Formats: sequence, C-alpha cells, structure tokens
Amino acid sequence: MPIRSLVKADLYKDSVALMRVAEALTALSGVRRATLLMGTQANKAILAEAAMLTPEAIAARPDDIMAVIDGANDAAVDAAVARMNELLSGNLAAERGAAAERAPRSLALGVARMKDANLAMISVPGAYAGAEALKALRLGLNVFLFSDNVPVEQEKAIKELAQRKGLIVMGPDCGTAILHGVPLGFANVVRRGAIGLIAASGTGLQEVMCQIDRRGEGVSHAIGAGGRDASEAIGGITLMQGLDLLAADAETRVIVLLSKPPAPAVAAALLDRAAAAGKPVVALFLGGDSAMVAGRKNILAVRTLEEAAERAVATLRRRATPSRMTRAPSLAGVKREQARLRADQRGLRGLYSGGTFCSEAQLIWRDLGLKTRSNVPFDKDLLLVEGQKGIEHAVVDFGSDEFTIGRPHPMIDMTMRVERLLKEARDPAVGVVVLDVVLGHGAHADPAGVLAPAIQKAKAEARAKRRYLSVVAFVCGTEQDPQRRSDQENKLRKAGALLASSSAAAAWAAAEIAGFGKNMAKR
Amino acid sequence: MRPLVAPSVSVLNLGIGDFAATARAGGARAIHLDWRPPAADGESAWALARLFGDDSDKDAVGSRIDRANREAMSRLLDAQPVLVDVARRASEVWPDLGRTILHAGPPIEWGRMCRPMRGAIIGAILYEGWAGTPKAAGKLATSGEIAFAPGHHRGAVGAMAGVVSPSMPLFVVRNAARGNIAYAPIADGGGRSLQFGVYETEVGDRLKLIQRFIGPGLKRALSTLEGGLPLKPIIAQALHMGDELHGRTTAATSLVFRAFTRPLLDAGLDRRTVVAILRHIQSTPGFFLNLAMAAAKAALDAAHGVADSSLVTAIARNGVETGIRVSGLGERWFTAPAEMPSGVIVPPYTAVDANPDLGDSAIVEAAGLGAFALGAGLGLVTAVGGTAEAALDLTRDLDSVTLARNPAFTLPALDFVGAPTGIDVRKVVDNGVRPAIVTAIAHRQAGLGQIGMGLARAPMACFVGAVAALARALGAAS
Amino acid sequence: MTKQLIARAPTIVNLGLGDFAATAREVGAAALDIAWRPIGDGDPRLAWLLAQLAGDPADPESPGARIDRANQQAVARVLAAQPMLVDVVAHAREAFPDMGRTLLHAGPPIAWERMCGPMQGAAIGALLYEGWAADADAARALLARGEIAFNPCHDHGAVGPMSGIISPSMPLFKVRNDDAGNVAFTNINEGIGKVLRFGANGPEVIERLRWIETALAPALKRAVTAIDGGINLKAIQSRALAMGDEVHSRNAASTSLFLEAITIPLIQSDLDDAMLREVLRSIDGNSQFFLNLSMVSAKATMDAAHGVAASSMVTAMARNGVTVGIRVSGLGGRWFEAAADTPVGLFFPGFKAGDANADLGDSAITETAGFGGFSLAASPALVQLVGGSADAAVAYSQEMYDITIARNPALALPRLDFAGAPTGVDVRKVVDSGIRPVFTTGMAHKVAGIGQVGAGIVRAPMVCFSQALVALAESLGVG
Repeated sequence: MPIRSLVKADLYKDSVALMRVAEALTALSGVRRATLLMGTQANKAILAEAAMLTPEAIAARPDDIMAVIDGANDAAVDAAVARMNELLSGNLAAERGAAAERAPRSLALGVARMKDANLAMISVPGAYAGAEALKALRLGLNVFLFSDNVPVEQEKAIKELAQRKGLIVMGPDCGTAILHGVPLGFANVVRRGAIGLIAASGTGLQEVMCQIDRRGEGVSHAIGAGGRDASEAIGGITLMQGLDLLAADAETRVIVLLSKPPAPAVAAALLDRAAAAGKPVVALFLGGDSAMVAGRKNILAVRTLEEAAERAVATLRRRATPSRMTRAPSLAGVKREQARLRADQRGLRGLYSGGTFCSEAQLIWRDLGLKTRSNVPFDKDLLLVEGQKGIEHAVVDFGSDEFTIGRPHPMIDMTMRVERLLKEARDPAVGVVVLDVVLGHGAHADPAGVLAPAIQKAKAEARAKRRYLSVVAFVCGTEQDPQRRSDQENKLRKAGALLASSSAAAAWAAAEIAGFGKNMAKR
Repeated sequence: MRPLVAPSVSVLNLGIGDFAATARAGGARAIHLDWRPPAADGESAWALARLFGDDSDKDAVGSRIDRANREAMSRLLDAQPVLVDVARRASEVWPDLGRTILHAGPPIEWGRMCRPMRGAIIGAILYEGWAGTPKAAGKLATSGEIAFAPGHHRGAVGAMAGVVSPSMPLFVVRNAARGNIAYAPIADGGGRSLQFGVYETEVGDRLKLIQRFIGPGLKRALSTLEGGLPLKPIIAQALHMGDELHGRTTAATSLVFRAFTRPLLDAGLDRRTVVAILRHIQSTPGFFLNLAMAAAKAALDAAHGVADSSLVTAIARNGVETGIRVSGLGERWFTAPAEMPSGVIVPPYTAVDANPDLGDSAIVEAAGLGAFALGAGLGLVTAVGGTAEAALDLTRDLDSVTLARNPAFTLPALDFVGAPTGIDVRKVVDNGVRPAIVTAIAHRQAGLGQIGMGLARAPMACFVGAVAALARALGAAS
Repeated sequence: MTKQLIARAPTIVNLGLGDFAATAREVGAAALDIAWRPIGDGDPRLAWLLAQLAGDPADPESPGARIDRANQQAVARVLAAQPMLVDVVAHAREAFPDMGRTLLHAGPPIAWERMCGPMQGAAIGALLYEGWAADADAARALLARGEIAFNPCHDHGAVGPMSGIISPSMPLFKVRNDDAGNVAFTNINEGIGKVLRFGANGPEVIERLRWIETALAPALKRAVTAIDGGINLKAIQSRALAMGDEVHSRNAASTSLFLEAITIPLIQSDLDDAMLREVLRSIDGNSQFFLNLSMVSAKATMDAAHGVAASSMVTAMARNGVTVGIRVSGLGGRWFEAAADTPVGLFFPGFKAGDANADLGDSAITETAGFGGFSLAASPALVQLVGGSADAAVAYSQEMYDITIARNPALALPRLDFAGAPTGVDVRKVVDSGIRPVFTTGMAHKVAGIGQVGAGIVRAPMVCFSQALVALAESLGVG
C-alpha cells in the first residue's frame, strides 16, 4: 500500500487550487488519500495530524508544494502523479470568452482548435497560397488549393513534400473536389456512388460528375489536381497520388482520369499507373492524341466529358460498351433554329464561364474543320485579339485571368458575359451563341434568372435588325443543386434558348444550326 | 498523418468563406480562419512557411527551430530568479564602466535620444557630480566624453529611461537554476523620478538617499537571508492578488515589504533606518517592478543563445526605437520605430504630449508577465482604458504568439491557466498578433514625468526582420 | 394609465405560459418571459402580502413606497460608514462592564444543551481560559448546571467568527464608525489549525489565548493607538477586493495590507526586539488574521443602518451552528430563524463531507455588508471550493445584485469593470426572486475540538426572509 511523497520545488499555488487538485486525485480509482499543500510549518502540522508527513515533506520549503499520495498500488499512484502534473501544468482550462468565439488567425491555431482537422482549404491570394499550403502540410493536413497564380517552384516544393509525407495537394487552381460526399470549392450536389474521379480540370470534373449523376450513378471521391499538375515541371504528382488513392479505395469501382494533354513523360507514367490500378479507368486527355491512350489494358479512352461519364456508368453497370460517341444525335429544334438564321449568319460564338467547356468547344469545332479563335487557344495562331475584324468563330473563357483579376468569377457574376452576349447580337455575321450555366455550391444563386432576360434582350436586338439569333445553352448541374437544374433549364428555355444536355452536345448543336457538320450539305 | 480518404473530413478553410459553408452543407466540420497575409509579399510568406516545424520530419528546418525552442523554453520556465544582493555601486559590478551611462532599449546616440532619456542622463551626470548645472551636464553629454550603452548589453534592465550611472546601487538577481546574473537599479520614486527624465533637486536627493541608506540597508538585510530572497514565489502570489507585474506591482510590493521587514530587523540596523527603508518601499509606486524586470532578465538571459531558437529574449524601447532580441540570433537587435502607447492620460495632458514607447520594462512581457498576464491585473484595466473582458481576451489572444503556458504563473480569472509565455517570432508574424506591452506614458518633454498609463504593441517590423534573419541563418530564405 | 395601453405597441412582460409571449412576438410585439415560480415556498398568503409591500413611486403613501424610502435611508448609512480600528480593549469585561459570568457566542440566541459540538467545545475552552473550571469535565458540569450565561455577540455590538465565543478576559478590537459614531467589537484571530473558534480547547489553545491577551493585544494596542485616527478598515477591504480577496473566506491580501499598515507603528513602538518579531511573525503567518477585522468593520457599518422604521434591509445574518438568524433594520432586535444548512465545499486531508457541522459563525455579517459571497467575483480562487469556474464566481455576484438595494461604490469589483459590490439585502427581493444570499464559509468539524475540516459555500434559509416579511407586513398594518 504505497504512500508516495513528492516535492514540487518553487511552485507557488493558491491553497484552494491545491485542494481542487487533491480532490481530483482522490476521485481517481485506487487513490485512498491525496494531499497537496504549500510547505509551510502550519501545513506540515496538518500533514502530521493526518499521519502523512513524510521525510520529503519535512524537507519542503514554504515555496514548495508538498504532495502526498496514498494509493492501493504503484500503478494507481503513478496515474495520480501523472494527473497531478497535468493539473499543475496550468494548461487545462478550456478556451472561453470572445477569444474562443473568434476565428483562429492561422492554420496552427486552427489545428489547436480542431484537433482532428485533416484538410486545409486554401483560397487566399496566390502569392501567399503556397506558403499556407506548406504550413498546412507541416501540420499534417491535406490541402485543397483553390488559389491560382502560385509560383510553379512552390507548387513543386509542396507537392514533393506532400508526397513524402503521404499527404495530397489538390491544386493550385483546383476548382472543385468531393471527398466522402463533402463538396469542396465550387461543387455540385451529386449522389454518392462507386465512380472515383481524378482530374486536372475543374469544370470538366464538375461536368463529368453531373453527367454521372444524371445517369443515376454516383461519386465515391472526386479529386482535383490543378491545371498544371500534368506538366513536365510537376510531373503529375497529384494525379498519380489520386489514382493510387482511388485504386486503393474500396468504395471506388471505376475510375475516371481527366486532364489536358499531359507532357509525354507524364502521360506515360500516368497511363502505366492507371493500367495497374486493378479497376477500369476511363481516361480523357482533352485535346490530346487519343492514340496515346488507346490499346492499354484496363484503360478506356474517350473524347468528351459526357462520353467519359457515359463510359464510366456503362462500365460500372457491366453493360456492353456503347459505340464511341463521336457525335450526339441531333437535338429536337435544331432544324427550326437553322431555318430562322439568315444565310450570312454563319458565325459561332461560345461565351463560357467554365474553362474546360471552352476547350471542348474548340476541339469539337476543330474536328469539324472550323477555325475557332479563343483567348485560351490550343494553337497560338488562333489567339483571339479584342477588336479583331473578320472573325469566323470564337470562344471566350470568362474564367481566364484577364477577366477575373479584381472581379468575381463569371460563375458568380455574369455581367461580363451578358455584355458580351448583347455585343455578339449586334454582329450581323453571328448566328449562334453557346452559353454554359454552372450550378452548385459557390455558383450564382440563380444564373438563369440573370441570363434569361439577357437572352431575350439579345434576341430582340437581332430581331430589330431583321435577323435571328440562336442561343444554345447547357446546364452543368444536378437536380439536387441549390439552383436545381430543371428550374434553370426551364427559365432558359422560356427565354428562347435551345437546351443541350452537355457541353459537347451544345457545341455540336451550335455547329449544326450554323450549317456545319452533319447537315451541312443541306445548306 | 491525417489520411485524406479517411472516414471523415474536417476542414480548416482560409480565403473564400463560402467554401466552409459548402463543406458543412456536405456534412463536414469546418472552421473558417480569420486569415490575413502574414507578410508583405509572397516571397517572405514562403520563407516564413519554411520555418514551421513538422512533427513527422525532424530534419525540417522548422523542426530544428522547434527543438531549439523547447530547450530555450525549459531554461526560461525553469529559471529561479533570487534577489541575492544589492551592489553598492554599478562601478563595482563593472570596473570597466568608466564614464559610461547605461540606458534603456537598443543602442542610441545622444543626438537621437528622446527628451525624457536626455533628462534622465542629465540627472545622472548631476548625481555623479560630473557637472554642476543641467546646462553643463547637457554640454558634457553632447561632447562625446560620456559613453552610452544599452543596459541590456551588461545584463541590466531599467524602467523608462533605464539610466544607470556608475555610482548607482543595483539589485543583483541570480538565476539559481543556471547561475547567470541580472541587474536593475532601485526604483527612485513614482512619476516624478529620474527615469521619467526629471532631474530637479528632490530627485537628486532621493538618489543620494538610495545610495547611502536604502541600497546598503537592503544589502545588509539580504545578507541575513540564507540563499537570498526568491522572487518567483512573490510574483506567483502577486498574480493572484491583482498584479500583472508591469503596470501594477502593488501586491508584489506589499509582499516584498513583508519579506524585508524581518531581515531588516535582523540586520542590526537602527529602527529609524529600518522605518526609512520600509517607507521607501511602501511609498514608491512600482517598487517591485525593477525586481520583476531583473527576474525576467535573469530568466530570459538563460534562454538566450540557443542556436536556431526563434524565442524572443528581450523587448526593449529607447523612446525612439523598439528592439527585440532572439535566442538563436545572437546579440543583434531587430528594431523599428517605437509606437505611441494608447491609454489613459491624466489631464491637463493629452495624447500629443506622450513620448513614444520607452523603457526596458517590456522584458517582463517577454517573460510572460505584464500584458501577457493582464487577466491577473484586472485592477489595472481601467487605468489603461479597457474592460475586464477585453483584458482577459488580450491574454487569451497573446496565447497565439507564445510557446507555453507557465505553470508557475497562473491566472485566477482565467481559471488558473498559466500565463502565455515565450514569444515565438514565427507565430507573431504568422498570426499577425503583435505582443502587447503595459506601459507608463512619459511626457515627451524632459522634466514633466509620467502623464499616463497605457498599452503599446511591439512593431511588427521587428519580428519580420527577425524571421528574415532566422531564415537566412538557417539557409531557408527563399 | 389605460390610455397608455393603446398609445403605442404593447411591450409585454410575460409570466406563466411561455406560448403567450411567443404569440405576442409573432405579431411584432416586444415580450420578455419571466422565470416565474410561486414565491415564498408556494404560500399564496405570503405572495399576497409581498404584493402589498411592493413599492410604487406613483403612490408615496403605499406601504411599499414607505419601505423603499426607509431602505434608501438605511443603505445610505451603509454606504457612508467609516469604520476605523481605533483601539484594542485589553479585556472584554472593560467593554461590557455588566458581563459577569457571561459568554458571548455567534448567531442567534441558543441554550447550552442545543449548542453544536464546536460551540460547546469553545465554551468549555473559554471556561478553562477564564479559570472558572479546572478541567473539561468540570467545565461541562458547570455549563450543564446553567451557571454560565450565554448571549449573542450581536446583542453587544460584537461579532466573532465560527463559534464566536468571547469571554470576559479576552481582548477585543474596537472599531468606531466615524460617520455615525457607533462602535463595534470583535476578538483577535487565533490562527489556523487547533483553535478555540472551531471548538478546540486543549492546553495549547488556552496557551495561545493567553499569549494573545498578554502579548499580542497590548502590542497591537500600542501600535493602533499611535496611528492618528486609527486604521481605515474599509480602505483595506476595498483594496483587497482588487487583490483577490472577498474579505470573508480569503483574507490574504487584506492581512498583507493590514500588516503593512501596522508594521511601521509596531517598529516605532517601545516593544523589545524579540516581542516585535513575535508579533510580526504571528500576523505574517496567519493569512486569516484580517477576517475578524473585516467582520467588525461590517458590524460597525450595518449597526449604523439598523433601526430605520419600515426598512426591509437586512442588518445581520448570523449562524450558531444550529439555526441561521437574520435581523432587519425596521424590525428591532428580533431574530428571524431557520435551521442552518450544511455548506458544500472542499475538505482538508483526512476529512469528508459527513464531518462538517451545519453553517456556523457571525462572519456572514460580511455578506450583509456586501463582502464574501456577494463579492465572489473578486475572488475566483474561492469558487473552486465548490468546483466552479471563474465565470461562476462572477455569476454569484451578479445574482446578488438581484436581491440588494445598492451597489457600494467604495467596494469596486474589478472583474465587473469596477461595479460596486451588491450591498444591502432587501427581504422582499429575496422572497420575490427566490434567490437566497450566498455565504463563503469555513467548515468546522461537528465534534468539539477537532477544528476546521474545510471551506465552502452555503446559502441562508428562505424561511428567515419569509418570516421577516410577515413581521414587516404586520408592523405596517398590512395583511
């Protein structure tokens, strides 16, 4: 029956505080008595009365704490001593008051507040974002890095560190992700399911998820890698980590890999990784050479976002792989639109808020032999210069830096697109305008509510000039999104827009209306 | 490690606030940070980020810093400052002192000194008898025949002007844990005292009284105490009696009055002298402050010089600049223009009369007292123009820039948590929280003395400079 | 009046069904729910009496308005009091010449047989100290025969902590209220451990009492009388409130301040060196030394406010270990009593909850004047006795504002941004709100002679206040 006696030198405590500690120790199982007193003569007399005045206590000075613990066994006394040290550490009181209410100012303070945090979501200005990501990794957090304009050296450094630590950096410039059904960034509400996605393309990822949802399947995880991950400088670190994660994830049965064309070495490494995933991988290198992907075991090459979704769903359902969707069936209403255009209205315009949609339109129209200019062209020669005359076809990514510096993203603020739509309506050569409407968390609460009047106004202006203006729109979103896809589509339809089911379908329909592609012969 | 594809997602969000709401809507827990850029540019932010430690990577630069800080902090927290002696005169402590006058804060030459400091130096020259009139004293000070040096360079600290001249007696505080020694002059009075730049006759008379009776009397009293007078228990008790040990030392002074009574009687002094000394202790506001400062200095000096440590081991103001020193960065001062304290100024004076932040006394903040323990000194709060709740919040807030809570110095109003102790330059810059300092406010003219009490903040530039130097020293600069 | 009802939108105070307030709020009215419970232990008669005693500024002749005016007068005397320690009386019998063989005790009147253990133990000790009995058995026999008279300290303008036993040879502190001129007395604190006030009566206790009588008291008398005007106790109490004391259960700061005030006069007196050191050491080593001075300061303060006709302000709360009694300014010398509760708190090593005696001592006079439990916000350390946080300490003080008449500007509470301590309990407010005054207190072992077993917190019984309310109504012809 051990009595242990300790002296904590030079540690003054209020007698009441010491009584509290003693009470807490006595409450521990196996502790019979516990006493803490400052080492004054009067207190030593008290200990003597209680037959607890040990030689150690006798030697204590008035500024020392005398602690005497009487326990059933050594283990109980050890536990009591540990608890005592903890209680005397001055560390125990919970945060209270306004400071506790106030948001923490740094990641380190945030981790102190949320001890089990496992993800830092960073959308601060790009110049600072890399530093925050580095701090997050040092704290053992994964990173969702929405910010863009992060220096490439920093991106490389943080991704390499993440790789060493078994963490992941999604981004920079990662617009969306879904983990365990938790939407990150600009995310749509999609059902949970067995398809895992890893993408170096924000809106592309959103579109594929929405198309999967529309087909009745769901998403296990959707991991973004950032637009630059597939570059030679970064080497696809995150894409490969994402592939590995999804390959290992029991919930995921089919993987979708989505990226702009990677640097050749990166592409090879990625495809090797994908081939070894042990589950089917639907791969889309948007704008790349499909031969690069073709012919590999486990890997299904596709050409459009919608096709990626279709393939993934079919594979999951073990249905026969559908024939390659090189072309969507004509939309009802295409013919009517076509008929209303004047013969000289051959110009196509795409006014996009999503960068991947802008790319997809360029690719589809390129395949139809059209010369399409853009502010983000695949070919430098096709760079769109403002005020340029004699443009045949053009697509604009309003999410590109030149439009977003100092201004909200076009998914939130549609002013720029509305102005541009009205401007295109006044151009007698323009026949069809394509608009994307992106829904989900973070997007505008009612984008169709803003765009529909603008569409009506643009059509009215064309009508005033005795022309017709065809507007093709598509909604990237789901019925569960806060804005609700069908509501948005109805508003657009009422305004006179032709609704396409996907980005690719919209691009094809627009071309068809303007007399290119399948029905070109008719004109 | 925190696996990503784990059963749950717990998010810290910085930047766009909506993202936190989105994550919550999806069932995650999310905290949105009150984030501000931690540095003037991305490059410095990156350099700072590289200095943060990593529990799973002991070779990381930041992990080296963390280890160094643990060593520095254990030296700081384990310090046992004991008042062991009163030196008869400063020149006995430092035989090479010659005609040097020590002053508060980082180095500064006569031409740039603020007026209260100049006033104190004139007073010291008169007291030393090096000149017969204030005018002659001023001339001598200008002539270059008097050397000036920070007290910190000799292990000494002084409140306000912090002036120590060769004949002044000094408290000798020894850190029993490591044997290092710190010094501080004996407080010579309240607002109208030498250290506020007042050099009228009564001030000189009081300095002489200290030199002839009080210093020697206290010395004899201490000689009767085996092992001296431990200061840490007095500080700990005073924190439970309404002192934060910078702006308010009432309780500590009362405790030291009690502690000295018996030794003074035992020292064989005549009762009149005993009464004179006790009266001096009792009637000198902030008598204990100098002892608290010396105790803090003794503890922080022990923590200084730990390679790679980012712990602040001194904050000091000369009335023109505020300077800090960092444990792992040697003797270098990181300075920036001293700021104006804000607080309560006694009429007829107003804020325009105030001198910028002055004195070595911020050493107590560096040791986790003063503003860092303001939650203990609620009695002081109205004097510095705040509410009790705000004072408690300030103490909680300063927790975000410190490395530990001092188990020896607990704060009753915060349920006896330890005072946040040990400023980490990295945390100051990262969190954008500047250390607060409780301070007396001197009139900017010499001779007018104290005009108020308030709070000041150490300038961010000091810490930014220190972080950059640390990054360079560790090869982590970008 | 009725016009006002429709002159603007209604602002409603709702008691009873909470739904009604919600309904009112739905249509845009401001409505506040009251946490109403039946008052006065559910006695409707009492509720009606209380309602009749409610103040009404528009009706100055109403009984309640008379009470309000009387209370303002009474509390003004409390706020104006200037209790000064002016003397140390060598023996109680000099202060009370007709004392004879009387022992004064804490709380309301009580006979020997009904006394609690600690009080009996203290009485036995007092007999030994006085030399009226040779040993404890003889003392007990003497007391059982009724040869010793007992009287409450309060009836003599005195107060004593715990058993509060004052016998004729004990020296007393004498305090004069410079504002009203009244005086009050208390005994000198013996220290902690085995002491008479907790019922200990062994030889060392008696020895200590004799040392106080023959050495300490004369020394203090010399020093106190050498100070011009005496020592300002209220100033010490006020400063101590900013130094972590609530000046009832915690007196560390006030003792330090008192010691500071008395040290120089002691040194300047003609005490020899040895005696000087002994006296200083005895105070220095007893962090509760100021308790008795805090009590007597409060007594001198509250006595000045006693006897204001129609006032419902409480001027004394005292415990004899069996009952708690209160006195009310407008109700003369009458005690309103109820059975004492047992404090909850923390125990010294070797003791447990069952060992504690019921609430004991005159020290609740400090709460009566605004200290102790009423000033708990000043002393977060103490609330730990009942497992509370610093916020809980603040909450106790805030609660006491609901049952008091004034905030004492001289007793500023730093934690409440220097709001004055809640001062002057109004029996009406206690009965109406159901909030009972809270005391911080030491706990005595219920067996005589063992001493203090812990410290804690306890509340005054409601019955004291409801009885006082009935008496007040009667005295004002209401009912």
